[in-house]
Amino acid sequence: MNHAIFERNSIILLIGALIVVSIGGIVEIAPLFYVQSTIEKVQGMRPYSPLELAGRDIYVREGCYNCHSQMIRSLRDEIERYGHYSLAAESMYDYPFQWGSKRTGPDLARVGGKYSDAWHVEHLRDPRSVVPASIMPGYPFLDKTLLDYSNISQRMKTLKELGVPYTDEMIASADEDVVAQISPDSKEAKALLARYPKAQVRKFDGQAGENIPPTELDAVIAYLQMLGTLVDFTKFDASGPNLR
Amino acid sequence: MHDVLDERSGLSDSLALISAVITGAIGLVFAVAGEEGILRLQGLLVLAASVAAGLYIATHPTDFRQEKRSGYFDGPIRVATIACVFWGVVGFLVGDILAWQLSFPALNFDLPWTNFGRLRPVHTSAVIFAFGGNALIATSLYVVQRTSQARLPGKWAPWFVVWGYQLFIVIAASGYLMGVTQSKEYAEPEWYADIWLTVVWVTYLLVFLGTLKGRQEPHIYVANWFFLGFIATVAMLHLVNNLALPVSFLGTQSYPLFPGVQGAMTQWWYGHNAVGFFLTAGFLGIMYYFIPKRAERPVYSYRLSIVHFWSLIFLYIWAGPHHLHYTALPEWTQTLGMTFSIMLWMPSWGGMINGLMTLSGAWDKLRTDPVIRLLVVSVAFYGMSTFEGPLMSIKEVNSLSHYTDWTIGHVHSGALGWVGMISFGAVYCLVPWLWKRQGLYSIKLVEWHFWLAMIGIVLYISSMWVAGITQGLMWRAYDRLGFLKYSFIETVEALHWPYVIRATGGVLFLLGGLIMAYNVWRTIRGDQLVDVRDQPPVAAAPELRPGVVAVPAE
Repeated sequence: MNHAIFERNSIILLIGALIVVSIGGIVEIAPLFYVQSTIEKVQGMRPYSPLELAGRDIYVREGCYNCHSQMIRSLRDEIERYGHYSLAAESMYDYPFQWGSKRTGPDLARVGGKYSDAWHVEHLRDPRSVVPASIMPGYPFLDKTLLDYSNISQRMKTLKELGVPYTDEMIASADEDVVAQISPDSKEAKALLARYPKAQVRKFDGQAGENIPPTELDAVIAYLQMLGTLVDFTKFDASGPNLR
Repeated sequence: MHDVLDERSGLSDSLALISAVITGAIGLVFAVAGEEGILRLQGLLVLAASVAAGLYIATHPTDFRQEKRSGYFDGPIRVATIACVFWGVVGFLVGDILAWQLSFPALNFDLPWTNFGRLRPVHTSAVIFAFGGNALIATSLYVVQRTSQARLPGKWAPWFVVWGYQLFIVIAASGYLMGVTQSKEYAEPEWYADIWLTVVWVTYLLVFLGTLKGRQEPHIYVANWFFLGFIATVAMLHLVNNLALPVSFLGTQSYPLFPGVQGAMTQWWYGHNAVGFFLTAGFLGIMYYFIPKRAERPVYSYRLSIVHFWSLIFLYIWAGPHHLHYTALPEWTQTLGMTFSIMLWMPSWGGMINGLMTLSGAWDKLRTDPVIRLLVVSVAFYGMSTFEGPLMSIKEVNSLSHYTDWTIGHVHSGALGWVGMISFGAVYCLVPWLWKRQGLYSIKLVEWHFWLAMIGIVLYISSMWVAGITQGLMWRAYDRLGFLKYSFIETVEALHWPYVIRATGGVLFLLGGLIMAYNVWRTIRGDQLVDVRDQPPVAAAPELRPGVVAVPAE
């Protein structure tokens, strides 16, 4: 073909280039939306509770993903260091995904339950008080800042429109659920657990007393403590029915 | 060149004014009704910018009797050139602060807006979009006029592109500091900044296409293929990757359309092609104009240019999955990404050869003209990082390199070596040409800049190779009993000295940038040039070159 066609017509050159650059993306991205085996069928995945979601938004706000991945690769050393390799199903409610690209600090995909709340409180306030060689910044402002969850139900509504299976009941009780998750043994907490199985209920930032409002630190630790804890791996078979 | 003055100019005044009023009104709404402090502040900023623009437009109406719009339209290009130098220094500075923070974490000061997590996107956006973007806007609008023998269309549109783009940068960066981010790397700006950038970018595309349409040359010059490919593809990538639903139209936050694995694939399709089209195709446009121009030699091979262009843009777009090896992305996608990444080596090196061989018969200029040296060394770095990239995209290599500082080193051999050096070369060419000077204020200072930047890059990339490979090997090291040998924190401790060396390299690179800013400022001010006799004739503005009769671009 005579290349002069492109060189003499800016619009043909533009259209030609656009066609050429579209192919790769279409082939690689589009099938991920309809090939069944892309996301495994697993037991246990549920949307984030309102407090966890608020914590996740703070995790995003502070740019934690710049140094922490949430994606355990299927390599022997990573599985031994961090736990079962990450499944696509585990981030199917992550808008956006937090897989990360750099491990200046360790992977956090299964950090939930690995450390105590008290450790997280200390570590987030002053990382070097518990890990002397750490190069992580301190976040002492998190426990001094009350959590702003005024629009949490709006956030959940937005996510619902995008495809997260939040029920109307979940959205209606979002504000109560934030408080419920830091109020152990309450009847509200029981209702929260019915809506969000495996949710952990306690005052995460360690502040004692009655009716203390949730802090940003509560939300972040609630999020960190649930990471990687939802999927029931006793019922997971990578070669079997989970991929159908 | 056509004289484009007619009634349409009056129309463009009114259109520009209406646009300023609309933008100002949107700014006002955000300033008054925004749900967060940062959004109200940004609204105020947009309002102020719109008022300033509106006042300027209103006080500079087109005068049909006196104004004659002819010659090249270089005002916006001058602004973009200065912005490129300014944001370059800012971006290098923030990058080096981050490097010192990683060496000495106390430097985070434990405040929200000084923490690494919020500053890092300030650095990446400042260097990629502010420094690189302004270099691309300046050079593309300069090159498309000269190679088309045509003026940029419109009276206000090119100004809008340049100033609208700066406004985008300020909105994006101020947002990051206040924690406004989508957390998608190199696509951090939130929905409202993305919409604004889309408007600016489409105008940019139209201005570029409009200039091509008015060209007096039958053929579109090769540099313009690359610029056009870059502008159009970046528009596509930006639109698809930033599809999002705002939580509130008066708030900053949004959630993207694609979650998890689809989101990751879309993000790295975008992310890798931000490299492929923003930082490669666009800058290849610079290479295809400035190297032949400065060396006064034709492009080595026309045929190679054609192969280079089409194969590069076709193959690049597939390479994204190599950022997701061994992850929850399906294996077929990973393998496809790796395969195309390896194939990408060929067009990359074809382009490198085309750039380097353009110096055939003029290699001596490497010794005598540091500006040529900047341009040529940048192409050498391009060759190096486009060899390293395919290597790292091989799954087995990637299993070691991924998540480590090897990636950071690789990115910076491309960013500092290729993008940085070729931009410096282009700026050193452009400044005397745009401000009608006999040459640069000092070519000696260019020598200083070159060597400081060069040593800085070597310190940077070698320390990051050591850091990355060390950490990757330590993560997978086993002891005799079959247990993992090192805790994570031991692998962090091992990186302290490489981090210090990297930060020191960054200081040198920043110093080079400051020297460039000083040199550019003295040149623009019109100071007596200190060593004009050491500069080649091509350093002077075209009108001022000895033996060249000034030819107006009519």
